[in-house]
Amino acid sequence: MLDRVRRPWSDHSAERLLGAVACLLAVGIILMIVFIVRGAWPTFSHEGLSWLGSGGSPDSQLGAMAYTSSKPPPSAFVVHAWPLIYGTILTAGFAVLFALAISLAASIFIVDFAPPLVRRTMKPIIRLLAAVPGVLYGLVGILVLVPLINKYLVTESEQQSVANVIQLTGGGLGITIVLVTLMITPIMTALITDALESVPRAWREGAIALGLNPLRATLAVSLRAIRPAIIAATGLAAARAIGEAIVVSMVSGGNSFAPNPADGKIFFFEPVETLGSEIVRVAEDLGAPAVHSTLYAFAALLLFSSFALSLSAYLVKLPLRRYQVSS
Amino acid sequence: MSARERLANARSGKLRPAARQSSENVALPIDNLELTADLMSVTPEKADSTTQVAGTAAHGRERLRLDDVSVFYGNTPAVKNVSLSISHGEVLALIGPSGCGKTTLLRTLNRLTELTPNASHSGQILLDGDEIDELVDTDLRSRISMVFQQPNPFPMSIFDNVGFALREQSRRRPRRPELEPLVNQALQRAGLYEEVRGDLGRSALRLSGGQQQRLCIARAIAQKPEILLMDEPCSALDPRSTAVIEDLIGQLSKDLTIVIVTHNLQQARRIADRVAFMYLGDLVEIGETEQIFTAPREQQTREYIAGVFG
Amino acid sequence: MASAEPYSAPSLLPPRRRRRGRRSSLRSWRLRDQAVFVLAWTVGIGLFAVVAALVGFFAVRGAQYLRPDLLVTHPAPSVSQAGSGGFLDAIEGTVLLGVIGLLIAAPIGVTTAVWVVEYGRPRWLSRIVESTVEMIAGTPDIVLAIFGLALFELGVFAPLSYSEPGGAFGRSFLTAGAMMSLVALPSVYVATRNGLVATPRQLREASYALGKTRIATIRRVVLPGIRRDIATGSTLGLGRIIGDTAIVILVLGATLRIDTQSSTPLLGLLRGTGSTLTSYIYGNSPAGEGGAPQKASAAAALLLLIIIGLNWGVGRIGRIGGPPLHEPKRRLGA
Repeated sequence: MLDRVRRPWSDHSAERLLGAVACLLAVGIILMIVFIVRGAWPTFSHEGLSWLGSGGSPDSQLGAMAYTSSKPPPSAFVVHAWPLIYGTILTAGFAVLFALAISLAASIFIVDFAPPLVRRTMKPIIRLLAAVPGVLYGLVGILVLVPLINKYLVTESEQQSVANVIQLTGGGLGITIVLVTLMITPIMTALITDALESVPRAWREGAIALGLNPLRATLAVSLRAIRPAIIAATGLAAARAIGEAIVVSMVSGGNSFAPNPADGKIFFFEPVETLGSEIVRVAEDLGAPAVHSTLYAFAALLLFSSFALSLSAYLVKLPLRRYQVSS
Repeated sequence: MSARERLANARSGKLRPAARQSSENVALPIDNLELTADLMSVTPEKADSTTQVAGTAAHGRERLRLDDVSVFYGNTPAVKNVSLSISHGEVLALIGPSGCGKTTLLRTLNRLTELTPNASHSGQILLDGDEIDELVDTDLRSRISMVFQQPNPFPMSIFDNVGFALREQSRRRPRRPELEPLVNQALQRAGLYEEVRGDLGRSALRLSGGQQQRLCIARAIAQKPEILLMDEPCSALDPRSTAVIEDLIGQLSKDLTIVIVTHNLQQARRIADRVAFMYLGDLVEIGETEQIFTAPREQQTREYIAGVFG
Repeated sequence: MASAEPYSAPSLLPPRRRRRGRRSSLRSWRLRDQAVFVLAWTVGIGLFAVVAALVGFFAVRGAQYLRPDLLVTHPAPSVSQAGSGGFLDAIEGTVLLGVIGLLIAAPIGVTTAVWVVEYGRPRWLSRIVESTVEMIAGTPDIVLAIFGLALFELGVFAPLSYSEPGGAFGRSFLTAGAMMSLVALPSVYVATRNGLVATPRQLREASYALGKTRIATIRRVVLPGIRRDIATGSTLGLGRIIGDTAIVILVLGATLRIDTQSSTPLLGLLRGTGSTLTSYIYGNSPAGEGGAPQKASAAAALLLLIIIGLNWGVGRIGRIGGPPLHEPKRRLGA
């Protein structure tokens, strides 16, 4: 009773109010799912799940849709997005693998080896790299790297060998992977370095006191302890990688071709398009209902994949809080 | 060199060379037991203790020797001109009020102060006659192992914790069957085996505080170090766990040299053979436990023990 | 030296040359460890090289093409690069989106963080809210852009955006800014949360002991103490807004010049469309249609300069004013 009297009314209502604002976010997410799925509904209803399959080129399928009427027949919605999905998995997969190796090495360098002065400069540099807008990487890619690749890495005969299917311009899978890797590495490095630095000093000290060299101590104790943080960072980076649209659309070669590993070296110079970059490329035709619905379907796929990735990242790192390792 | 020291050296010369254990060599502790037996037969225990000179050995062969050791953080001395020697099989307790440099001195002995960027030391620290700076750091630390104030089990299973040093230190990773007897033995010596034997795969973080500390002791002795440094190992524990660990220290000192930092005077009195009293970085007095507690030579020691400050 | 010392001992000095004890040699390490060692150094040096190359490239291009008059002239449609004007509109658009985005993101982000850390009951709900922020942080900007279009296509929101006879199109500074707030929100939230978590409990207890209510304590004691964290988070969020391209291209449209929708001064601008530095760069690069790579490079140099400035600002914020309330723990991750 006393408790009730002493507790002012405003405190109680403040909690309600703050809670309501916080819940607004959850409502927002639900709205996002509802709206995107609603926009994609025609494609889902006409195509079922067959639009996830392969067959034909998404470019030409979307191109045809742009000319359909404002009340398109079900046949106008035909799309087979597999080359885009494959392209997304291919670029994101490679990029995440490279970025994981690089960011682990970079974090170990920052935490273990870098002299104090270097360490103090490394951190702002990582922070800056993480903040560099993707479009700048894209610009460097399209102005400098793509012409360089075209000039020095792709030979005339290689261009001839595939001339009747695709054009090798220098832009393609390889450069896309490099740039996406560059974009996600700083974020991963930042997250892993934070986690590594917040490993209780007693663990590392304990390992060194047992006669391990500092690197072994890091590998055997610290890295092991932050495994959840590494997985979480990988998940977040993967979510960014699959959704990266602008950079990919700038350097990927502009053709929804599915690069074939059997082609050997050319594999990395073959053009590729991801779900995100295809949305950017076709966005101007959004006025056509069929295109509209198809792009929303792509967005829905990206949305669910990124949700799955970031949500599992969140769940994986929850237990880390138990021993105060940063998450 | 004092007469007493010459005597100690002469005695150690008669002994067979210490079983020096490199990281690959995982000899059984029996070696150490034999060694102790040898010592006892050659050196009559605690003979003429009245002639003891401060800092000389009471038990046997000299293992660690500090000559004029000072430790600095930046330009601030934390330990000033300390000289003492520690001999085989004894328990030396470092006592003194907080901030007197006990822990710093302890961490200097296995060069753990190197982890502090601005720490440096002067003077000589000899382990069996070798300057410790000349020894490879990882070898040194596997010979002089350490237990910390807060139990710090690694976030892995009990088995992996105890087998940790053996597994990670060697160039080749030993297999589990090779490790098993060594791990069990270490757990037995640390008095933890009976409590955990059913479930060595359990996470070490699930153990109670006292068990965790004994696990850390097991982890530290699994690689058969020659010297065990303990930094207030009981200060985070309840009285019952403390009693268990004190018993354990008594057991271990049969074949290990132990240097223990403690805040607890009664604990030092219970477990130590000799006690060193430090104050503001100076080694004020070192001597047999009973002498320090009943007849301290220095005024400061007397006041500290009487509880005037501290 | 303190004069209280009873006697001055002969001063003890550290060894002039710090002895380096012998370390285990690299050769005694495991092969895998040796490989990791080499890789770590390579990557460390490599990252320096990448930053140097990136900054160097844009510094050179900026010095070549970035002229002061570009900053104050409007873009003009032209085939030749010389005649295509400057990027004043793009700068204005960037500022406008940043302001709108932060005005929405900062209050919501801070409020959410306060609720989660200070109240957070029921627990399942706070878990949901937390994971929601994680999900927003992980949502690709292209998806946010599509969401923006979907949301503001609705008839209800028609007055907010550029409308055509055929129905609302959902393109305006306001809609783009609303989506940008989602881009900035996670940064604000995370920084605020970390600040709150690091605030010592004694501070709150002292306030409770004076009879303040919880919310009063938060408003008068806790939040002022973490001003810097909030500022840091907002700056990081601003950086992300400024750097975003996909939302601009999809939701703001591809017009280079600011295109107001009515003569009402502010509302017309907010309902209008335009460009930002990022969309200007994209549009003028070979990827877009502009085909003015020199202008794109100049704008990119400016953008990089802004981002470096913001980043430097984030570093400075931590040091403004007196000593921090809580142990400053700079995290790398936003």
